[in-house]
Amino acid sequence: MMASLRRSGLLAPSVLTIGALLILPLGLMAYVSTLERGPTGGVIWSQHTTDAYVQFLFERDLTDRLVVNTDYLHIFGRSIVVAAITTAITLIVAFPMALWMAFQPPRRRLLLVFIVTVPFWTNILVRNYAWILLLRNDGVIDWVLGRLGLTGEHINVLYTPLATTIGLTYSFLPYMVLPIYVSLEKLDRRLIEAAFDLGANRWLAFRRVILPLSMPGVVGGAILVFVPGLGAFISPELLGGAKSMMIGSLIQQQFGQSRNWPFGAALSFVLLVLVLLALSAHAARYRREPKP
Amino acid sequence: MTDATLTRSFTLRRFELWRFPGTRAVAIAALLYLYVPIVALVILSFSAGDSSLARWQGFSVHWYADVLANSDMLRAIRNSLLVASVATTTGTVIATMAALATSGPRFRLQTGFEAMIGLPLIVPDIVAGIATLLFFVMIGVPLGIVSIMLAHTVFAIPFAYLPIRARLQGLDPALAEAAADLYATPWQGFRRIVLPLIWPGIAAGAMLAFISSLGDVVVSYFVSGPGATTLPVYVFSMVRMGVTPAVNAISTLLMLASIALLTVSYLLGRRFQ
Repeated sequence: MMASLRRSGLLAPSVLTIGALLILPLGLMAYVSTLERGPTGGVIWSQHTTDAYVQFLFERDLTDRLVVNTDYLHIFGRSIVVAAITTAITLIVAFPMALWMAFQPPRRRLLLVFIVTVPFWTNILVRNYAWILLLRNDGVIDWVLGRLGLTGEHINVLYTPLATTIGLTYSFLPYMVLPIYVSLEKLDRRLIEAAFDLGANRWLAFRRVILPLSMPGVVGGAILVFVPGLGAFISPELLGGAKSMMIGSLIQQQFGQSRNWPFGAALSFVLLVLVLLALSAHAARYRREPKP
Repeated sequence: MTDATLTRSFTLRRFELWRFPGTRAVAIAALLYLYVPIVALVILSFSAGDSSLARWQGFSVHWYADVLANSDMLRAIRNSLLVASVATTTGTVIATMAALATSGPRFRLQTGFEAMIGLPLIVPDIVAGIATLLFFVMIGVPLGIVSIMLAHTVFAIPFAYLPIRARLQGLDPALAEAAADLYATPWQGFRRIVLPLIWPGIAAGAMLAFISSLGDVVVSYFVSGPGATTLPVYVFSMVRMGVTPAVNAISTLLMLASIALLTVSYLLGRRFQ
């Protein structure tokens, strides 16, 4: 009795803080998405409408008829594609890197983890800003390539979806390396030795032993890259141009220039649902698999 | 051959088998990829001219002098430190309490509770920013330094919770029991036995919460009012206006701050391992 009372006391502050300052606001956001937009911005609290969700797929033409408008779907589609490409690239780079790290002597391993972690904890703004310096015309890469005589003209990469992808890949690479590294590092080495003893070459041992056992790390890393990539705001805002807008900037616009809170809230809610779906698919997958 | 060299050559040969061709090259390339932009940024912050390598006009620290003479920037730095200190302290205390509760015998709803603690890390920051903004506007919390502190406390909790929880997990429960047997009250047992033992976890957790608060752009961007902004929000608006070497200088300083904090937490972690 005493113990459970004490436990409740210990749990209360976190429940209250996260409940009042995150869960309640998320609920409010879902509620706002069903409200009528106010004439000068804001919302009319008493009037409900599905306008915000209708607006996502349709627009009114001159004669006030609803016609399908795929602009917003395009932005969502682009965000999903950019996040998926980012996930794929980080995976291709991170796996060999993590594999190499995991088989280093223990002391060096610790140092390598530290080296990979530093950029991850460095301000995201700083990391993306650095890429502006590298990618812009007359920037570092442009200058080096020009010096080498490889490009006659400017590279014109900044403010394209390519620049956004580079920025996101850069920002999220550690998110992919670390989980894969963790799963490879704690992998029972005797299993690999056994594979070698049984005549497997490196490739076979890799394909039949290492790869399957590192899957939790791979899937975890993919989730850690894909989910924030989908809702990314800084990289597309700083590196991508107006023509390569992603969900984050679209949401921000509704609270800035467009002054359309219900639509902004609806977009955020759809994004949140996408993220939760991705996570629960991941959780469900692991619940089904038997624990080793 | 001595025994030692025999073992050594044996382990070396074993390591040979573990080496996967090509992985080293990829790893080195990836490390370069991670660090080249950072190094370029630091070098360009010392440019006497503008921030283009093509028009390099020599070495100078005058952009740093500019930054330190900019009163708006100094105010933003002060705000950032204040917000990060308050959010970290509150968040770490709350997280320590939560970790103490979850490291005891499992209780009903524990899975749900742990999911809730992790929620601030899962919700995309733009969604969290929007939701918090709507909430503050609705209940009438003025947007400014207090609203930023409240928002930052929420995500300081999971950052602090994870290392503290990990540290508590490795703690022998017999120690607290022994304290109780020796007539320590639960509070004395915590103060004299548990707290000193989990201290490295608390320090590491607080450090992570502090760095993430200092680094946050998106949530602060939405919940900061016209009066008070934090440093990253200030720099964000500068960057959107255009590239100036003053941004390189302030970015370099920000980066140094994170690296210093991280190194301290790394060394702390190693000392206590």
